[in-house]
Amino acid sequence: MAESSDSEGEDLVSYGSALQPLQEGERIKKPVPLQEQTVKDAKGRYQRFHGAFTGGFSAGYFNTVGTKEGWTPSAFVSSRQKRAGRTVLGPEDFMDEEDLSEFGIAPKDITTTDDFASKAKDRIKEKARQIAGVVAPIPGTTAFDDLIGPSKITVGVELLRKMGWKEGQGIGPRVKRKPRRQKPDPTVKIYGCALPPGLSEGSEDEEDEYQPENVTFAPKDVMPVDLTPKENVHGLGYKGLDPSQALFGVSGREHLNLFTGGSEETSNLLGDLRHSKGRKLGITGQAFGVGALEEEDDDIYATDTLSKYDTVLKDEEPGDGLYGWTAPKQYKSKNRPEREFKYIGKVLAGFSLASKPSAPIKIYPPPSLPRNYRPVHYFRPVITAGNESCHLQKALEESTGKLESDPTHQSRHALNAAQRREQLGETELKGPAPSVLEYLSEKDRERLKEVKQASEQQMKAKTVSQQSPNSRFQLASPEEAAHKWQMLLGGQVANAGSSDFKPFAKNPEKQKRYENFVKSLKRGEKGERLERFFDQNMTEWERGREQEEFFRAAMFYRSSNSTLSSRFTRAKYEDDVDKVEVPRDQENDIDDKETAVKMKMFGKLTRDNFEWHPDKLLCKRFNVRDPYPDSSVVGLPKVKRDKYSVFNFLTVPEPTTSVTQATNEKIQESNSLNKPKKSSRWDVSDKEKEKKDSISEFISLARSKADVQQQPPVPAKEESGTGTTETPLTAVVDEDKNQEEESRRPPMDLFKAIFVSSSDEKSSSSEEESDEEQQPTTSERQSETTKQVDTADSSSSNLQENVTASTDSGISSLPTSKQELDATEEFGPKLPPAFSSGTTWQQQTEMPATFPGPSRKEKHRKTRERHKTKKERKRKKEKKKKHKKQKNKGKHKNKKSEKDSSSDTTDSSDSLSDMDTTGLSPKELLRRLKQLQY
Amino acid sequence: DGNYCLTCGSDKTLKLWNPHKGTALRTYQGHGYEVLDAAGSFDNSQICSGGADKAVALWDVTTGQVVRKYRGHAGKVNCVQFNEEATVIVSGSIDSTVRCWDCRSRRPDPIQVLDEAKDGISSVKLSAHEILTGSVDGRVRRYDLRVGQLCSDYIGSPITSVCFSKDGQCVLAASLDSTLRLLDKDTGELLGEYTGHRSTTYRLDCVLNELDTHVGCASEDGHVYFWDLVEGSLALSLPVGQGVVQSLAFHPRLPCLLVATQGQVTLWREDAFQPEGDPN
Repeated sequence: MAESSDSEGEDLVSYGSALQPLQEGERIKKPVPLQEQTVKDAKGRYQRFHGAFTGGFSAGYFNTVGTKEGWTPSAFVSSRQKRAGRTVLGPEDFMDEEDLSEFGIAPKDITTTDDFASKAKDRIKEKARQIAGVVAPIPGTTAFDDLIGPSKITVGVELLRKMGWKEGQGIGPRVKRKPRRQKPDPTVKIYGCALPPGLSEGSEDEEDEYQPENVTFAPKDVMPVDLTPKENVHGLGYKGLDPSQALFGVSGREHLNLFTGGSEETSNLLGDLRHSKGRKLGITGQAFGVGALEEEDDDIYATDTLSKYDTVLKDEEPGDGLYGWTAPKQYKSKNRPEREFKYIGKVLAGFSLASKPSAPIKIYPPPSLPRNYRPVHYFRPVITAGNESCHLQKALEESTGKLESDPTHQSRHALNAAQRREQLGETELKGPAPSVLEYLSEKDRERLKEVKQASEQQMKAKTVSQQSPNSRFQLASPEEAAHKWQMLLGGQVANAGSSDFKPFAKNPEKQKRYENFVKSLKRGEKGERLERFFDQNMTEWERGREQEEFFRAAMFYRSSNSTLSSRFTRAKYEDDVDKVEVPRDQENDIDDKETAVKMKMFGKLTRDNFEWHPDKLLCKRFNVRDPYPDSSVVGLPKVKRDKYSVFNFLTVPEPTTSVTQATNEKIQESNSLNKPKKSSRWDVSDKEKEKKDSISEFISLARSKADVQQQPPVPAKEESGTGTTETPLTAVVDEDKNQEEESRRPPMDLFKAIFVSSSDEKSSSSEEESDEEQQPTTSERQSETTKQVDTADSSSSNLQENVTASTDSGISSLPTSKQELDATEEFGPKLPPAFSSGTTWQQQTEMPATFPGPSRKEKHRKTRERHKTKKERKRKKEKKKKHKKQKNKGKHKNKKSEKDSSSDTTDSSDSLSDMDTTGLSPKELLRRLKQLQY
Repeated sequence: DGNYCLTCGSDKTLKLWNPHKGTALRTYQGHGYEVLDAAGSFDNSQICSGGADKAVALWDVTTGQVVRKYRGHAGKVNCVQFNEEATVIVSGSIDSTVRCWDCRSRRPDPIQVLDEAKDGISSVKLSAHEILTGSVDGRVRRYDLRVGQLCSDYIGSPITSVCFSKDGQCVLAASLDSTLRLLDKDTGELLGEYTGHRSTTYRLDCVLNELDTHVGCASEDGHVYFWDLVEGSLALSLPVGQGVVQSLAFHPRLPCLLVATQGQVTLWREDAFQPEGDPN
């Protein structure tokens, strides 16, 4: 329009105001973009077109609810200072002003609703509500509801009204009233029975009215049945604390009673109000409410005077049994002495009082305790009776608790074992044998099972000629077994004083039995007699098992009690833990340090260096770089060790002498072992590793060989091993003797002596020739051996030759081996002086038992083990490098079993001395290996 | 740092003193039992203390409030120390553990527990990267965080007190056989031995003076003994009191000694002394 009018001129109508003429140099204003168009209200605040609750956000920051800074819920307040001040947010807190305004969703303005339009009140409802109000835990709330809340009149009420019904009247045909019962004195106030509001109302109405003869009345208003569901956890019919009585006592009610009809209700309301006030008073007063257990709860609030009480006993008015425990005092005090007043409370609807009292519960007095009764049960050691019946009888007695009844056992506590034996007519009892096997701990059993397994092989080896392999639990008859065992243990047990050694220390009874058993075994008793030591009430199987256990224990621990006990101290760790956490680096023995301190030789002697891993955070806090960035260990690194592995037995005793020089050496040695930084004559770490490999290889190889050739009596692998190497060793040993002082590395020779197998004489000899060369040769040998193993069958004849040759040489070179052993003893680990004596070396005697001549049994065993070893071999080949440790362990186990079996054959004690010395080497070797590994 | 003196006592409180003026500056209450040791942080803003209530408390110096309380020790806390930056409290307890508590985070449990000792810890000292502990089992253990190594030196008799020399090369250890031993930190060799005092039952302190020239130790005969570090000869014995000299501390930079005996703290210094202070 405006454009077109330009040309025409005057008769134009112009709308609006003209734009201001652009000033020179001023740029044309850019139109405000949409996101910057804002609407502000009168106070300059950003205006929203709609609240968030009414749908959509049209304003705010670019049509969002938020502001430029984002939607900030509320100012952050540190919760540290005002932790408790937590605001409860309602929906209003999230509403905008608009929502609360007149047209919002939650208008705050007060508007009248039609609820308040009606003036009339529903009386019935009112009443019901009143009652509910009294009953309710907080009285008066309903009253407030009445005051505030609107009351609606239903159609029915409307109709009734129209029909002439008045509030307060009952519905129905008019009735003629019966004359009411006479009250003696209407002016006398009713005490004690403060009527509930509903009832008192009705009676009040009646009281006031004068009664003409022929006037019909509207029926009494019926109280609506209170159908409030029981939603609390109070007992049935529990009324709670009636505040009017509890707080005001009788006086409050009295006051109410003065009011009549119409004002009644209001006064009730007032009363309720006052109650609430009273409650408040109660709070501020000395105590809140009335304690349920207080006897004189009424005294607290009620001001009773004597005049208020009835002076004459009379029947109470019926229907006033409305009081629960809140009944006025006079009720209670009256009722307490007289028992015929059985029930004071209100009888519940649907219930009636029983006419006759229920039979009183007969209370039996607790049995009077005997004077010497102790409330602690202890397991009486069951005395071994010769016959079962006696046993049974005793058990019965104990169970019935009539211990005193039997005259013969009257003073059995006073008797000692000997006297009891006399009484029972037993000739000699070696010891009490109570039943304990049931109490054996599971772990104990496990452990013993292990031991059993170990000796199982040995059993088989021994009885292979006469016996098919027993399953573990099918034992031979105990006599037979005992005989076997006895044979087996023979004289060795004789000097094995088990006094300080307790394999069953956990189980004292068992230990006792065991000791007796060993004693008798020493005396050379036979199986039947041995059996006496076992508990009579154990089953045959259990007995057999235990016997075998004992035998085995005697075997297993026989040597240790003499030799080991001198080296071991008491157990550091719990016996029943299979695995122990052993610090990888143990602090050395204190003894040598003590001496070092005494000699003021601080420094290396007293210093222990451990790898220690600090916590990462600690490093951070100390501003130190983590020395072990990728270790998860904190503290000293630990190694899990199998507690019962040979290694533990071998390493734990670190023999020490008071000779400081020796200790010095030892420490050095251990140091070098721990961190092989010292360049010894031989490159220790590498070579020894190699060694280990080769050793295991050799063993397996020797075994395989033994398997391969079966016809002639084949020496066991140890014999072949040591035997063959003996010849070259004689030279070496001499050399070693010379070098003894400089070279503190005994294990190497021992390794050679034992483990260099006969099979590859070439390699072994080359190995002995030059120590420097050894590393390459060993590797070479390994390859060789693997080859050999592969082609084991083809080269069987060749091997046979070797082995036979080796046996010869082995037998011939026994003295030399002894010699060598002497040497090793000197530069070996420092042993306690006691060890030099022959007897203490008993432990080692087991080992060398195989030396004197190849045994047939060995061979048999070998053949049986053939499959196993083959398998083993394969596995070893596969995991040669990885699982050195495992292999070695397995090897040791084998050795152990061999050791055990070897002792089978030893019955001559004169050969012991020889064996002692030779036997040292494998043992030593085990230990060395162990040391190397850890 | 030489300006304040902290005392702790069986009255369950710590007290902060100005030793030069002899005024008590503040009392810190909050321990349930006797307070056995206390140490101040490098910036004098915090105090840590350990007591017979098995707790280690970290105090704010100015407000006197317990900032944090570390519970975890199974026995009395014998000794506490801050590290250099007061980020870690190291506490040694009679339960044979040394616990490192973090002051920064809210962690209630220690960063690390050093439980190598076989008997109660009697003394703990810290350097920049080392934790030195003296234990009743007769060993001085030095945990080197930087190297990741634990060096344990066997002394024999129960250690009562350990301390680093100022140059950080030596370790002084006092033990219950009335001997002070100066050990080389790296090798553990004995550099010097100092005897003459009496220390058989109590946990007594030993110190090195500000220049590492002398070794001092409290004694049960009421004296403080000083030996020449190199020669090992008795240089001085200060008669402090009648009873046991329980604690002593040397000023880090100045020839000034603080001695506690029988509920009394005395400051010893040369005549020409500019008041600059004394550490805890």
